[in-house]
This record gives sequence, structure tokens and C-alpha cells, in this order.
Amino acid sequence: MSEGPPRSQPSGEKKRRTSLWEEWDTPQEHWLLVGSHRDGRERSLLLEVAARIIFPTVLVLSLYLLFAGHNRSGGGFSGGLVAGQAFVVRYLAGGPMEVRAAVGLRPPVIIGAGLSLAVLTGLAPIFWGEAPLTSAYVSMTLPVLGDVHVVSSLFLDMGVYLLIVGVVCDLLRTLGAGIEEQSPRPRRRPSG
Amino acid sequence: MTMLVALPILLPLLAAGLSLVLGRFATLQRLLGVVVFTANAVLAVVLLAEADKSGPVVLQLGGWDAPVGITLVADRLSALLMLISMVVMLAVLVYSIGQRITDYGRSTSSTAFHPMYLVLGAGVSMAYLTGDLFNLFVAFEIMLGASYVLITRRTTATRVRAGMTYTIVSLTSSLLFITMIALVYAATGTVNLADLSGKVEALPVGVQSAMALMMIVVFGIKSAMVPLHFWLPDSYPTAPAPVTAVFAGLLTKVGVYALIRTQTLVFDHGESWTLLLWFSVITMIIGALGAIAQNDLNRLLSFLLVSHIGYMLFGLALYDVTGLAGAILYVVHHITVQATLFLVSGLLTRHTGTVALRGMGGLAKLYPAIALLFAIPALNLAGIPPFSGFVAKLALLEAGAEVGTTMAYVATGAAVLTSFLTLYAMAKVWVFAFWGKSKPPHPDPDPTDELIIGTGSTSRTMVSATSALVVFGVLIAVFAGPLSEISTRAATDLLDGGPYRTAVLGEEAE
Amino acid sequence: MTLAISVGLLVAGGVYLVVQRGMVRITFGFVLLGHAVNLLLVSGGGAFRREAPLMSETDASVAADPLPQAFVLTAIVIAFAITVYMLTLAGVGKRDDDTRGGPAVSGEKDEEKA
Repeated sequence: MSEGPPRSQPSGEKKRRTSLWEEWDTPQEHWLLVGSHRDGRERSLLLEVAARIIFPTVLVLSLYLLFAGHNRSGGGFSGGLVAGQAFVVRYLAGGPMEVRAAVGLRPPVIIGAGLSLAVLTGLAPIFWGEAPLTSAYVSMTLPVLGDVHVVSSLFLDMGVYLLIVGVVCDLLRTLGAGIEEQSPRPRRRPSG
Repeated sequence: MTMLVALPILLPLLAAGLSLVLGRFATLQRLLGVVVFTANAVLAVVLLAEADKSGPVVLQLGGWDAPVGITLVADRLSALLMLISMVVMLAVLVYSIGQRITDYGRSTSSTAFHPMYLVLGAGVSMAYLTGDLFNLFVAFEIMLGASYVLITRRTTATRVRAGMTYTIVSLTSSLLFITMIALVYAATGTVNLADLSGKVEALPVGVQSAMALMMIVVFGIKSAMVPLHFWLPDSYPTAPAPVTAVFAGLLTKVGVYALIRTQTLVFDHGESWTLLLWFSVITMIIGALGAIAQNDLNRLLSFLLVSHIGYMLFGLALYDVTGLAGAILYVVHHITVQATLFLVSGLLTRHTGTVALRGMGGLAKLYPAIALLFAIPALNLAGIPPFSGFVAKLALLEAGAEVGTTMAYVATGAAVLTSFLTLYAMAKVWVFAFWGKSKPPHPDPDPTDELIIGTGSTSRTMVSATSALVVFGVLIAVFAGPLSEISTRAATDLLDGGPYRTAVLGEEAE
Repeated sequence: MTLAISVGLLVAGGVYLVVQRGMVRITFGFVLLGHAVNLLLVSGGGAFRREAPLMSETDASVAADPLPQAFVLTAIVIAFAITVYMLTLAGVGKRDDDTRGGPAVSGEKDEEKA
């Protein structure tokens, strides 16, 4: 599998730009930037751009599901799966590089961090003399958000969320390699 | 004190998470594993002492009381088995760390092995400690999930195939498990074992038998009871030695534990149980005969494993205090010995480069230390007097004679016969592998495959981990007195069930 | 009755798929069987005599039993994990059954299409 350079490297297109007037509205956020290197697959610009625009929206939806989880439909697992779908869309559009560009950490680290967070949340009540997995409940009124109920099991959900995102990324990394091999390669053209 | 019951499950899980995060730091990862299993063993000792002194230690998770919430219970039986399991897991972990360092050097880390091994540990502890049927299912799934990964790690096509067999069989038994839970819940409205024990008696006899039979089938598959054993000799020997050792030592025994727990607490059979006696007889005989027919050392040991599951079923089927105490003692003995034998087999195959008995020879002269390490657990398994196998078998035979029905005598006879057959199988290994003309080691057939590594090198860590287990096996015989006392008390608890129910459900439930 | 019929259909489909050759089909078969037993578990909670747990409209005494739903949720997550694992096995263990998907084979097919 070909390794892409880190995403911070400026693309060829960007170097050519000179004037401030051209630069002011060019995208700087890295979720919008295309890496300079491609592994030679056919690309669909429309799909790639659409995937990049959808990506943050889907992530916000997944976060909504995560926070709504305790009393409404949602939760860490479904939130994590939705977030995972966001990465899958990026992957389908741009291959493994896209996923690597989206998350800097290695998937096992994300899984491990999620698992540790979830278990620590489960263990935490011991220090207050309660049985493990007991949840506490805090209600408060915040200026903008209004009445907010925070349940300690939210942290468990966050752990699960991270775990699932990590698992999806790991699956894309390991199993996804097969999809790349099977996807059509471009015929060799004289010029790129 | 009650908080300690949750730790043997949560600590390994937490460590599994940290172990994934620490993926690049091999030494820290190893240290973490060793520390956690040592801590679990210490916790098990504390819980055993407490349970023996003042009855089952119960923890209701999350502040939801039984029978609605999740209950963790450590009574004498579960604490004792957890202690033995954690010691064995610790020794096997040290062995596999030694193997890893010998083969790949000190600094290479492994992403999958340590986290999965820790998850396996969490699953095993959970299966012992859980107080309800559904969590038993979850514990089994955690264990199996980890074992799927361990059995197919660094794999080749044949081993993937073996892994498929294992996965599909386990999956089938999991589906049956859920079906059984659905049946139990529909009939009684609870899955808490203590609560069930009070409610099952009121059910029609047909429903009771259906539940009991489904449990026998589900746990029979997990514990490799003949005729549900067919998957085991095909899948276990295909994993690397340490993995096989821990599977053979623990996973089947957790199935036996689940069988013992459910059949004593939930159902009250009252007298010796002819159906299970039959199963135990065919398990003992067919397993032992299968072992004798093998040429592959690991397959031979796997069949012996199946055969000796029969002894534990025999003890349970007798359904009295001496029989159950014998079965518990046997589980304790067998977890240690079977794991040891697979580790020794791992040491041997590293020198010979083959698992075929006919490809070995003269090893006693070449590697006298390994020969000794093999001889002690082999004699132990066959039940030769000074060792723990003898103590456990004697307890079972006495119990069989005490019950005194025809079927009990038949099963007792089968147990004696199986003991001889085991000795014969071990003698066969000894004659082929350790005596005779020494043969040159076989070249490594596939360097990418971790199953057989004919490197000829064994590190001191590996040998000392194996020796430690051998010594532990001998120590079981030394402490046979207190152990059999404690297992008799555990068996009394099991048949009574009162203390367990009171501890879980509170006083007013009685 | 609906549940019973669904369970029957799922088991029929699952068994049919499980006895096929090919790991992918077997995996799908187990997915169907898994759903079948999950529905069985739901029906174990007495779904026939209880109503949807809409707390504003349903009285708590006849609302659906939450415990089997929690069980099923757990079982679904576990089944999900194992399905992923089995599909991985199907992907890794190529060429030892008739599961298609070796890179060479499908690569050629794609070439033909292109």
C-alpha cells in the first residue's frame, strides 16, 4: 500500500498562488484540503468534495446522538456507528489516505482510549463508596443551553463512542485494503 | 470488601484498553499483563478467604438490587476456580512473553495478543463471578470473542479453516444459549440464578426438563462433552502452544463450571442423574480411545482433555457432596495439568520442529529437563499416587462407590478404565518421543506460521514458567487436605443453595 | 403470532444459508439466525400481552418489558462484532471454499467491465 505524505504538506496547486486576493477564500481547514499524493486510482471530484462537506455534518449528528443518548434514542454505540459512517464515506471517496487525513491517531489507540474511559467510568463510583456502574446525575442551568442534565454514564457512552469509531477505522484499515485492490485502476495515460 | 468482586472483571478490561494505547511500548505492555493477572490472583485469594469465612460475597452493580440488576457473586467454588485460573493464565502469559522475546526480540510489541489475552481474562473472571444467566452469556461471548482472535492470529489458510470450525460451533452454541435464556425468561420472568432456583420448582416438569436439557447441550458444547466434542480436537491444536494451553486449561472448564452451577443451584435433581452418568461414561471412554489413536501430540492431548471432562461430569452426575467435591477438586487439578502439558508440548515441538510422535525420538537423552517436565504432569493426569490427579480420582471413585447404583458402578468402572487408557496414551508418547533413537529436528515448514517453530531455542523464561506450573500442580497434591476440605464445603453449599440465595436476594426472600 | 412467523421465516432462511458453501453465505445465515433468536428473546418478554412503551399513552403496568429489550440490545452488539469477525475470516481464508473475492479473480472481472 502506498503511503501518502502528511497532510500538512502544501499541494502543488497551493504553491502557485501568489496574491492575497486569491488566497482569502481558499480553504485552509484540512477537512477541505486534498492531499497532494494520490495512489493512482480514478477519482471522482464530485464524490470527494461531497464527502468532505458531508463529513462534519455527520460528525455533528453523531455527537448529537451521543449526548441525547441517556433519555432519548441514541447513545454511544449508535453515535459511534454514525461517526464511523462518516469515515466510511471519506474512505469510499478517497481511499485510506482520506481516513488517515481525518484522524491522526492509530485506530488501536482510539479503541484502547475508549475502552479505558468506559471502564474507568464504571470503576469511578468505588471511590465514592458506591457499587461500580452506579450513575450520578447533575442538573444545572447554563446561560445559552438552558437546563442541562448531565449523567455520569455519559462518559461511559463517550468511551463506547471512541471504541466504535476506532473499530470502524481499524476495519477500514485492515479489511478496506481488499476493496482498493479490486477497484478499477486507471489505464496508463501518457500524461496525468 | 464487596467492591472487590467487580475488580477481577474490570481490571483486565481496563488493562486491555491501556494495553492497546501502549501498543508501541512492548515492555510496559508485558508488565501490565503480568501485574494485572497477579493482582487478580491475589484478589481471588482474598475473596476465597472471605467467602470461606463468612459466606458468599455479593455485589449488586449500579445500585440495582437482584433480581433486576446485575449481580456478582463470589462463593467458595467461584473464588477457588478463579484463583486457579488466574495463576494458570499468569504462568501462560509469562511463557508466551518468553516465547515472543526469544522469537522476535525484546522490543517488538504485539498489537493484538496482550489486549485480547486480558479480555479473555476478564471474560473468564466474569463467567465465574456472575450471578445471572444473561451475564453468563455475555461472559462466554467475551471469552469466545477474544479466543476467536487468539486462535486465528498470525494465521495460515489451514488455521483459518480450523478457526472457522471453532467459530461456527461456538456461534451455534451461543444461539442455543440465547434460545435457552428466552425460554427461561418466558417461563419464569427472571434470569437471576438465585431467583430462578426458587421459581423453577413451580414450573411443569416438561418445561423444567426442556430447560435443563438445553443447558446441558449449551454448556456441553462449551465443555466438549461427547458427543458434542467433535470441534475441539480439530481446532485447539491449530493455535500456538500458549494459546492452546490456556484454552485447554480454562475455556472447557468454565463450561463445566457453568454446568455445575446451573444444575445444582437452579435445578434440584435430588439423586444421581442417570442421563449425565451415561454422557460422562462415553465422554471418558471415547476421549481416551481417541487419544490412543493419535499420532499428533497436540491432538492426543486434546482428546485426553475431552476424556477427562468426563470425570467432572461424573462427579456432577453423582449429585451428592462427595461426588461434587471430587468434581471440584478434579477441575482444580485438571486446569493446571492440562495447561502444563500443552506448554511442555510447545517446548518439545520447538526442538523437534514437528508435532508428529513418529517424527520424534530420543528426547529424554537430549533434553532431560523437558522430559522431566513432561513426565510429572503426565503421571499426574493419569492419576499415579503421589500427585493431585490421584487424590481427585480417588475422591470421585469413592463417591461413585458410595452412591452404589448400578449406573454409578458402571461409571466408576469406566473411570478406572479411562485412567489406565490415559496412562497408556502417556506411555505411548513417552516411548515414541522420549525413548528410542534420536531423530534430527525437522526444518521449519512455514516460517510465517507461529504454530510450529523449529527454532530449537527455548528461553529460560519459557522453561521456568512451565516449571512453575509443574510445581504448582504438585503443590495441589501437597495441599490436598485443605483443598478437599474447602471443596467439600463448596459442594455442601452447592447442594444446599440456601446461603447463596440469601446472600443474593437478601434475608426476606428465604 | 407475528413474532412466531418472523422467527420461523428467519430460521428457515438462516438454515438455508448456513448449509450453503461459502463463508459469506454462512455468515449471512448466522446473521439471520441471530435475529431469529433475538426475536425469540423479545417474545420471551410477553410481547403478546404488552403494549408499546410510549409512556404518555401506555400505562406502566402493560408497557413492554424492558429487560428482554436490554438483553436483545446486548445480543445484537455481540452478534455484530462476531459477524464482522466472520466476514474477516471469509476475506482472509480465500480459495479454500467457493467464496469469490480473491484479488486476482475480481480484479480481472473489473477489467472486463471497464
